[in-house]
Parts: sequence; C-alpha cells; structure tokens
Amino acid sequence: MLDLLKEPVLAVQEFFLLAGRAIGNVFRSPHYHDDIALQMDTIGVGSLLIAALTGFFSGAVMALQMARALSSYGQMGKTGTLVSIVLVRELGPVLTAIMVAGRNSSGMASELGSMKVTEQIDAMRALGTDPIQKLVTPRLIATAVMLPLLTIIADFVGVFGGWVISYVFLHLDSRLYWSTSWRALEWNDITQGLLKPFVFAFAIALIGCFYGLRTTGGTQGVGRATTQAMVAANVMIFILDLLMTKVFVWQAS
Amino acid sequence: MSQDSLPSILRFDHVTVAFGSDVALADVSFEAFEGESRVILGASGSGKTVLLKTALGLVKPDSGEVFAFGQNLTAMSERQLFDIRSKIGMLFQESALFDSLTIEENVAYPLLNQKSIHCAPGQVLPRVEETLEFVELGGTLEKFPSELSGGMKRRAAIARAVVTEPPLVLYDSPTAGLDPITAHTIITLLIKERDVKQTTTLLVTQRYQDGNLIANFRYNSKQGCLEPARNGAGRAMRTTFMVLREGRLIFEGGQDELEESKDPYISKFVKQRV
Repeated sequence: MLDLLKEPVLAVQEFFLLAGRAIGNVFRSPHYHDDIALQMDTIGVGSLLIAALTGFFSGAVMALQMARALSSYGQMGKTGTLVSIVLVRELGPVLTAIMVAGRNSSGMASELGSMKVTEQIDAMRALGTDPIQKLVTPRLIATAVMLPLLTIIADFVGVFGGWVISYVFLHLDSRLYWSTSWRALEWNDITQGLLKPFVFAFAIALIGCFYGLRTTGGTQGVGRATTQAMVAANVMIFILDLLMTKVFVWQAS
Repeated sequence: MSQDSLPSILRFDHVTVAFGSDVALADVSFEAFEGESRVILGASGSGKTVLLKTALGLVKPDSGEVFAFGQNLTAMSERQLFDIRSKIGMLFQESALFDSLTIEENVAYPLLNQKSIHCAPGQVLPRVEETLEFVELGGTLEKFPSELSGGMKRRAAIARAVVTEPPLVLYDSPTAGLDPITAHTIITLLIKERDVKQTTTLLVTQRYQDGNLIANFRYNSKQGCLEPARNGAGRAMRTTFMVLREGRLIFEGGQDELEESKDPYISKFVKQRV
C-alpha cells in the first residue's frame, strides 16, 4: 500500500518544488525577456481566435437558453443580465482556460518533453542555463498575463454573441440588452472573473511544464505526457473553479 | 594511479548512482589527470552515459564523491555547478542541439550563457565561425539542426562543446549510428581537438576502433591529418582504457593490458578491432 502511494506523493512533491522554483525565478535574474514575449505571442495572440469563438458561441447559446426559460416568467428582458453574469463569473474564465489548456498545456508538455528525451534539457544545464528559469518561468509569466486578457475578450465577445441572438432572433431592444448586461455586474463578479483566469494560468503552465520535464521513454513518452498534461490541467481548472466560486459566494453572502 | 605530478582533473571516489532499484553505477572510483585521454568501453546500459553526466554534475550520486578541478561536485548547488560546467565541454549522445536555434546560435549559446565565460559581444561571431571552421562546418551558420545530416549534427555539437575551449571534454558515443567513414571523421576531429587545444578527453564508446584511434594516432597540424603515435609517443600522456559492466568498473589500464585480458566480456570489445 505504501509503495503504491509513494509514486504519486513524490510526483506531488516534485510538482510543488517546480512551482516554487518557477515562481521564485520571477524575482531572480536572469530574465529571458525574448522568451516571455515569444510565449505571450504563442499563448495570447495564438489563442485569440479560439477564445473569441468560444466566447461568442457560449454567449449566443446562453441567450437562447435563458430567453426560453425567462419567457415562461415574462422576464425575457433580463436575458442580458443572465448572459453577462454567467459569462463573466463562470463560462468566460472556465471555457477560455479549457481552450488554452487544450492548446497550450499540451503544447508545453510536448515541447519540453521532446527536449527532455533528446537531452536538450541536460544540454541546457551543461551550458550554464537553469531550464526552469529559461523554459518554465517565461511560460508561467506569459500565461498569467495573457489568460486574464483573453478572458476579458471572450467575455465581451460572449455578451456580443448574446446580443446578436437577442436582437436578431428574440427581437429584444438593443439598449435594454446592453444596459441590463452592464448593470448586472458587480465588483465581486469582475474580481472573480479576473482572479479565476489568473489562478487557472498557474495550473495550465505549471502542469504542462511539469509533465514535459518528467517525460521518459522517447516519442511514446512525449505523447503520454501531452495527454496527461491536458487531462490534468482540465481537471485542475474545474477543481480550482469550484473552490474559488465557493470562496466568492461565501464572501458575497 | 598517479601520473607523476600532473594535476587531477576529475576524480570519482566510490561513486554509486541508482534510479529506484536500478543501479547505474556501482562503487566506481578512478582519477583522470591533465592531458590524459580516457576511453570508456561498455555495452548498452552499462552506465557509460550516467558516468559522464555524473562527471558534469547533471546526475547526483547516491553515495561517494565526484571531484572536478579539485572541487567536490556532490556538495554543490545547481547554480554553483554552472562555474565548474563552464570548464567542461560535453558532446551528448544524440547531439542535443537546440532545434529552435540555428547552428550559429547553438554554437554561440555557451559563449552567451555561461557566466564565467567573458566573451565580448563583438567576439562571439568570429569565435563561432572559427570553431565551425575547426570542425569543417563553415557555411552552415544559418542552417537549423533539422537541415543537417547525422554526422554534421555531431560535428556542430562538437563545435558547441569546445567553443569555450574547456580544458576537459566529455564525448558520449560520438560515433554511434554513423557510417564508418563519418565515424572516422568524427574521431579525427576529437584527436585534432585533443592535440591542438591540449585538452583532457573522456570518450565513451561501444566501438573499440574509436579507442584504438585515440590511443595510437595523433593529429599532425602541418599536414592536417592523423599519423601513428603508439601509446601517445610524442605526446605527454598515454591513453587509459576503462571497461564498465552493469555499472561496475571491471577494467582500468593501458591498451596492451586490455588486449591481453582473458575476461570474456572485455575480449568481446577488443575483438571488434579492425
């Protein structure tokens, strides 16, 4: 029984050691600005379209579903309220994070995993570079900066998607939709809507890099690391989301 | 084992390395001196690569101590090891060139990233060009590793390992997977590096022919080719052979002793001679 537990406990310990060193390196030189900019481009600009599309369709579907439910109470005018609250609090941060995890967490695992199995990580250490400083910290910084920005864009595009449905198919008044959407939001919503992607970013970047750096077993190992990273990052997003939502609900009440 | 009064460059003192229940190195002790060439023979999985990585501080021993340039690597943190590593060049088994960088950037990498190497920005490109010329790869500066053949990658990796002119160079199976002609070219380069730059060399290989060339030939820089030099005649040092078997050092000595050995495992390597 103890032997069975040994490996997962060691893995968790290694994960937290990696996380500690990656976060500590943010305040320690050298800083690889070029790598940070490159990762921001890959993670942020590269995920822009997919985040916008996810936001648009989730907002549109939300408007259709909510309008149907609200019409039975004669409250279809509240569609904008529900769309914006649900998007800003939950769907925007979670769906954007899942998309970025699917695209980047797996990408990080495969990139670092390939470097690991071809001894490039060892070569980096042999040539005077800390791989965590050079590879993990830039990815962590870039994800932590870009994911909240992507979430803001996804939220806005989502509310816009809800407006398209409300205006074109439900024939709601545009001014009513936008004013109810805007007035529905409180500081608590904005705070959790931005804090959640910031925390998810740590899970996405660190899990992707962790699985990449512990890859063994050649190309097959790279494939395994990629899948594990994506699954673990997605599960962690849902767990963190539940925990943070609980904290914000408790705080609001 | 002492080689007169030459300074010790690398010393393994009862080093054991294990990965879980797999013992990669078991109680290995040896000492390499300045200017010496060491050829480490062994079958796959005998611990050759782990030995080189331990010498570089990339792998920490479970017990025993490793000394490089008189400093105990086992007691050092990763950051402290960077200084020592700048004095050691390493050619990895699969070249380990950075895929995303050009050959020029790969070779310039240690000049730009090793803190103890002080290379003026204006001197980086000339040194990279000079080193690539040394390995006969001039004209590949803008190419990416994926555009090079296996032998060319190995030569580019040698250039990256020696661009800082380290006094100790470790070569991990430099001829593995190469055709005989390219393998001969690579070993010629190793001998050229050793004799021109007067470096201490540790060569890990499965091929006895590689060790035979290292031990019996020297580089004639006037004619630009190898010439016979039995047991390092004309050079200050002779070549020492080591044989690893399942992590244990089962032989350490000269070529004549190696060839006279009756051990069936050792004989298998010596019989490969061509």
